[in-house]
Amino acid sequence: MSRSLRPLVATAIIFIIAYSLAVMQFPGMFSTRVLGNFLTDNAFLGIAAVGMTFVILSGGIDLSVGAVIGFTGVLVAVLISWAGFHPLSAFAIALLVAAIFGGVMGLAIHYMQVPAFIVTLAGMFLARGGASVITQDSVPISHEFYSWISSLIIRLPGGGRLSFIGLTMVAVFIVGALVAHRTKFGSYVYALGGNPVSASLMGVPVARTTVGVYMLSSVLAALAGIVFSLYTSAGYPLAAVGVELDAISAVVIGGTLLTGGYGFVLGTFIGVMLLGLVQTYIIFDGTLSSWWTKIVIGVLLFLFIVLQRLIFAASAPGEKAAEKG
Amino acid sequence: MVDADYALEARGIIKVFGNHVALDNVDFGLRAGEIHALLGENGAGKSTLIKILTGAYQPTTGQVLADGVPVAVDNPQQAQKHGIGTVYQEVNLLPNRSVAENLFLGHQPTRFGLVDRRKMERDSRDILERYGLDIDPASELGAHSVAVQQIVAIARAVELSGKVLILDEPTASLDRNEVERLFEIMRDLRAKGLAIVFITHFLDQVFAVADRVTILRNGKRIETRALDDVTRTDVVRLMLGKDVAFSGATGVQDARPLGEVLLDFRNYGRKRSVHPFTLSIHKGEVVGVAGLLGSGRTEMARIMFGADAADEGEVHFEGKPVSIARPTDAISKGFGFCPEDRKAEGIFGDLSVRENIIIALQGKLGWFSALNRDEQMEIAGKFGEAMDIRAASLDMPIKLLSGGNQQKVILSRWLATDPAFLILDEPTRGIDVGAHAEIVRTINRLRDEGLALVVISSELDEVVAYSSRIVVMRDREMVAELSGKDINPGVIVQAIANHKEGTAS
Repeated sequence: MSRSLRPLVATAIIFIIAYSLAVMQFPGMFSTRVLGNFLTDNAFLGIAAVGMTFVILSGGIDLSVGAVIGFTGVLVAVLISWAGFHPLSAFAIALLVAAIFGGVMGLAIHYMQVPAFIVTLAGMFLARGGASVITQDSVPISHEFYSWISSLIIRLPGGGRLSFIGLTMVAVFIVGALVAHRTKFGSYVYALGGNPVSASLMGVPVARTTVGVYMLSSVLAALAGIVFSLYTSAGYPLAAVGVELDAISAVVIGGTLLTGGYGFVLGTFIGVMLLGLVQTYIIFDGTLSSWWTKIVIGVLLFLFIVLQRLIFAASAPGEKAAEKG
Repeated sequence: MVDADYALEARGIIKVFGNHVALDNVDFGLRAGEIHALLGENGAGKSTLIKILTGAYQPTTGQVLADGVPVAVDNPQQAQKHGIGTVYQEVNLLPNRSVAENLFLGHQPTRFGLVDRRKMERDSRDILERYGLDIDPASELGAHSVAVQQIVAIARAVELSGKVLILDEPTASLDRNEVERLFEIMRDLRAKGLAIVFITHFLDQVFAVADRVTILRNGKRIETRALDDVTRTDVVRLMLGKDVAFSGATGVQDARPLGEVLLDFRNYGRKRSVHPFTLSIHKGEVVGVAGLLGSGRTEMARIMFGADAADEGEVHFEGKPVSIARPTDAISKGFGFCPEDRKAEGIFGDLSVRENIIIALQGKLGWFSALNRDEQMEIAGKFGEAMDIRAASLDMPIKLLSGGNQQKVILSRWLATDPAFLILDEPTRGIDVGAHAEIVRTINRLRDEGLALVVISSELDEVVAYSSRIVVMRDREMVAELSGKDINPGVIVQAIANHKEGTAS
């Protein structure tokens, strides 16, 4: 099995085992209702995590994701509720703003050679601060378009519901996987994460790819913000604080190497589902503090980083001895 | 030198960096269907020339012509368009991606906007077959040996460029069979009309595979010759700049009594780095090390200092067996090492001159006896004066100093630790004439004070001037130990060039 597949398989196996154990304890967890809610409840996280997957694959990091989600929520809410925009125009504006925002971060990272960590940290403060300047309060959205979207539901046998936003996330994952694995842009992203020097010598348009990656991440974060506003029917400047860290966790648990170059978009999907599973379990249990979610995520994350170290150290590239690991 | 046969030609190339002339009016012509070796020591201008041909640098003046037509090569992609492909010593591919993707990255066949993986892998299989590789194109490149990666890199360069192939030290990390395989591929490509530039430090390989050779020294083209017309000794002489004159000894030391033995290396060596060597070093003597770049001289210095651990043999220090597996072992016994690559391994560019001087002493003292600022100033001031370090202030960052002054700072760093044994790797490279003379004077003075020194240098005149013995390295092996009358450039050149019959690779 190829090295990069191993963490993904490990994640999948852990998910299946964890889910089976949970179902053994609470048979109610094995239902279309729970599965449908999995998708709906984690839709915004999943969408943001797809963008984060690209960023991490390229060897970078994007800390501005949560803030962009919050900012987008506020922007959309204000445009609709205060300025009277149609939600679709508000969405278009929010996506455009995010694209510019991400593009500028990408430019700064590439041309000023500032670490992505710093640039996106600045971006995080800017977006979060910007949202709070617009309003300090939660702005409710009541528009017939929102009610209509919420009514778009596919009912599953067994009482489950596939919501519009849940399906949006699935669609983003499918398109994301195609872009990552089947387009030239995708191969450039992996190339950049593998070795930026080689990549540029091999003719990869490094500047364009870097800008594209951060643009994609911000646009997907804005989409996540829109989805979050559909989910909560409001915009709140302090929404989604720390979601970037959940997204990073999902990406790493999903088998993407934090230093870039190896990983799969599908893995991130399993990572998001695993995080959702932990949350759902704690809700089912009812006695555990919800902070246990964080502890479990911490343990999982640590396990996966150790696992990746073991896998990649055991067969370091270029070692002749490790021809077949 | 108008020659329409040239597939690629550089005419009158001058490249100036700041006030340093890296290339001085260099002409270089490459014919289709030849393997052209490019030789020269470090700093001779080889890599600058290659970077100009591949578009990484722009010449200050001069022209690059492809098929007799002047072309502008602004970046590697454009070089590719003009048919120029390059393979670097460190394989510049992506070990994290499949072999097929490495062959096609940026040029993948697409269908409906998506990469057509099946076609890409099928085409890759055809290409790999032509290079005699039977590997799965879908497999990860990093899972294969360096030799295979090297061949994949060549295949990519040839497929994308197809006219000129530049191989920058392709054999540095290959074993003998792999080198032979590479040569077969090179000969095969030559037969197909490709023009190949071959850069290497191994003379045997040049004579085994190349048709012509161009020798650069100090930014100037010294010679371009057909290899049939030159001997190995000629080539070494041209590279090192000795218009020898097999005169008698030039700078032989008076046969002075040697001090007692300080260090005794017995069959000391490290696999894949230096063959075991036996060498005793006395107090108050300078042992010069001569050899071409890549001959193992730096590797020898590194294992003497414990920068790389030896895995064979033993070393005796003042008569007692000791272990030098790490630089701290060496420093605690009073060793010092001025490495060849001053910028990367010698100085701490952003630290001040003072900090750069005291750092080795502080390292020796350990964590708990920090030198206070006054002590630091005193020590730094003392050596600053003794070594005549020209800096506006001892508190200015060392990176602002000239190369010669930086070298003096590094020397001071070790002298501050009151060493018994100093290893200097190319102490005079890249520094101006005045500083050069001072360093040589310092070496002589230290010897007279009873230090033992090992000095590696490509400047034969210089080695001859201060060494009491000279060790000659070739192919990672110590091949000769010269003393007395044999210490003269002519003998050294012959020892370097001397070619054992029957071992041609």
